[in-house]
Amino acid sequence: MKQKTTAILSAAVLALGVTGTAQAGTLEDVQSRGVLRCVVSTGVAGFAQPDANGVWGGFDVDFCRATAAAVLGDGGKIEAVTSTGKTRFTKLNAGEGDVLWRNTTITFSRDVGVKLRFHGVNYYDGQGFMVKKSLGINSAMDLDGASVCIQTGTTTELNLADYFSSNGMKYEPVTIETNDEARQNYESGRCDVYTTDASGLASTRSALPDPDAHMVLPEIISKEPLGPATRQGDDLWSDIVTWVLNATITAEELGVTSANVDEMKGSNNPEVRRLLGVDGSQGQELGLSNDWAYQIIKQIGNYGEIFERNIGVNTPLGIARGLNAQWTDGGLIYSPPFR
Amino acid sequence: MAQNQAKQAYSPGTHPDLPPPVRTTGVLGWVRKNLISSPLNIVLTLASIWLLWSIVPPALNWVLAEAVWSADTRKECWALMGAPRDGACWAFIRGSFKLFVYGWYPEPERWRVNLTFLLFAITIFGALRENIPGKKYWLMFATAFPFIAAWLLLGGFGLTPVGTQKLGGILLTLVVAVTGIAFSLPIGLALALGRRSKLPALRAVCVIFIEFIRGVPLITLLFVASTMLTYFLPPGSTFDLLMRVLIMVTLFASAYIAEVVRGGLQGLPSGQYEAADSLGLTYWKAHRLIILPQALKISIPGIVNTFIGSFKDSVLVLIIGMMDILGLGRARLNDPEWLGLAPELYIFISLFFFISCFGMARYSLSLEKKLQTGHKY
Repeated sequence: MKQKTTAILSAAVLALGVTGTAQAGTLEDVQSRGVLRCVVSTGVAGFAQPDANGVWGGFDVDFCRATAAAVLGDGGKIEAVTSTGKTRFTKLNAGEGDVLWRNTTITFSRDVGVKLRFHGVNYYDGQGFMVKKSLGINSAMDLDGASVCIQTGTTTELNLADYFSSNGMKYEPVTIETNDEARQNYESGRCDVYTTDASGLASTRSALPDPDAHMVLPEIISKEPLGPATRQGDDLWSDIVTWVLNATITAEELGVTSANVDEMKGSNNPEVRRLLGVDGSQGQELGLSNDWAYQIIKQIGNYGEIFERNIGVNTPLGIARGLNAQWTDGGLIYSPPFR
Repeated sequence: MAQNQAKQAYSPGTHPDLPPPVRTTGVLGWVRKNLISSPLNIVLTLASIWLLWSIVPPALNWVLAEAVWSADTRKECWALMGAPRDGACWAFIRGSFKLFVYGWYPEPERWRVNLTFLLFAITIFGALRENIPGKKYWLMFATAFPFIAAWLLLGGFGLTPVGTQKLGGILLTLVVAVTGIAFSLPIGLALALGRRSKLPALRAVCVIFIEFIRGVPLITLLFVASTMLTYFLPPGSTFDLLMRVLIMVTLFASAYIAEVVRGGLQGLPSGQYEAADSLGLTYWKAHRLIILPQALKISIPGIVNTFIGSFKDSVLVLIIGMMDILGLGRARLNDPEWLGLAPELYIFISLFFFISCFGMARYSLSLEKKLQTGHKY
């Protein structure tokens, strides 16, 4: 009896698995639906947030629009599938979203264990510290004995403990739940230091009454490479997402912007001509139209434009390029060539 | 002379009552009795006055006097007050107000939402008023309302279809809460009767259902709805997320309502059941005419308590990424132009929930008073 039940169950699982691999063509699905569904966060300042009319904007959302511009020819045809940190991967794996652009750190366990495909890094983040300038501290090594505001149950908590113990320092944790709570505690002086990812520190700092009285210390104590993800098992779709990201990066490196993209079509540089679909048939090889990258840059812009528009130094967040500068400027942003 | 006359005018025991001493009546009497009746009370009164004095004026100052009602960014808002955070920046709430109410509901179709809100108000008014002509029709309309609302909001049959992912903000909160409340009462009632049924199979099913649902936190059920179900269903077949959540919220509230109603049924003296039997009434007639009207009356406070609970529980859907009023508000807090205005947002949301829940509580009180017949069991 028991054996029979097991047999039926495993047959059912097998049947599910079979149908699961059968629906592979995400590209056809998206094109026939006419809308790209991106898994985005429920709100991370500068990366994904709704404006007063409910239109989603931000760094990650712009990359989602870039994907839509490449696949559908129109960056406006997106649908934001909002997900919390706990539900994001299930939403993607269950097919409720086509691609995940949701400031997600690439790790071994997520790549292998959760069975995702990652496609490169669109933002290099890392855990940092913010202090009041009046404390006169210039380095994280001076933080011995400080009280630190820290979000509970996150990797930042573990990183902090590791960093302090390996440097033989002590700290007093003030545990908090959200960014806003942290800001309140930090503002009222319940903690001397606030630690979280550098992008989060930037938004917290910009929301303080006097941002210039506070500084982010130079030490970055963890690696948080953020990037897009797709489901395993759809190689064409994975290639598309990979090269959408690479197209924005290459465009910046080659000096192609949304303003000059039409002129650049007449450029003599063969890589520019291949990128914009003047020569070659790279778009068709991806199953897209040949002007896919042209559409991305025309409608959304290159990597640098996306960065500056959403989180750059002229936005309220005021994040400098830092590690996210082009490799030619001493950063880590680097795309394989379009050849 | 006058005194003499007064003394003579009354025989002993017929003197009309004199007014009570001035110090024991009116404002003065109230103050003496309630505020300064003993040294301890004097101290407590002074402490309370000091506390109110140090809290209320600054709070009013922040909420009203220093508040800024129109600005385009937080920076502009803070520039308009003495110093940052001196006053509330209501401009943030005002600017996003439509989003908070309608969510992503398409602009040209919003009249449908307004109509739904209006019908909802009419339904509540009609169904809750006791002395209204044509009560029967009002109740029929109230029963039909959830279906009319679903048609208006989601479209189809002549209206442009609107996907459930377009619902957000207060609209989504009300959809989740009202659906849970409206459907949990009949389901809960059926479960309560089922649990007391003499048919063992039916009773077992009801007991298992109630105990299982009550033994699991709502959050868990929501996670099951949002993540597990998609694994159980065949891939590719999408079963609307909102639908899944509504079913879970309704089942959860039903289990609690069932136990509240069962409490009411058990609180009824057995004489009532025996009286119904002795009249030769069938099970259904006995319940409709004798048992349930009384049992439900006893259960009103518990039922309303459960309603208020499920209304507030509806915000838990934000954990699975749905944009109800709290989820949407928190998302808006991340607008780089408006960072750091959490107090304003949470005050606004608390006000919305307070008004809704306080309204329900007051209505239940008035209903209890109206149905009060003097029977105490």
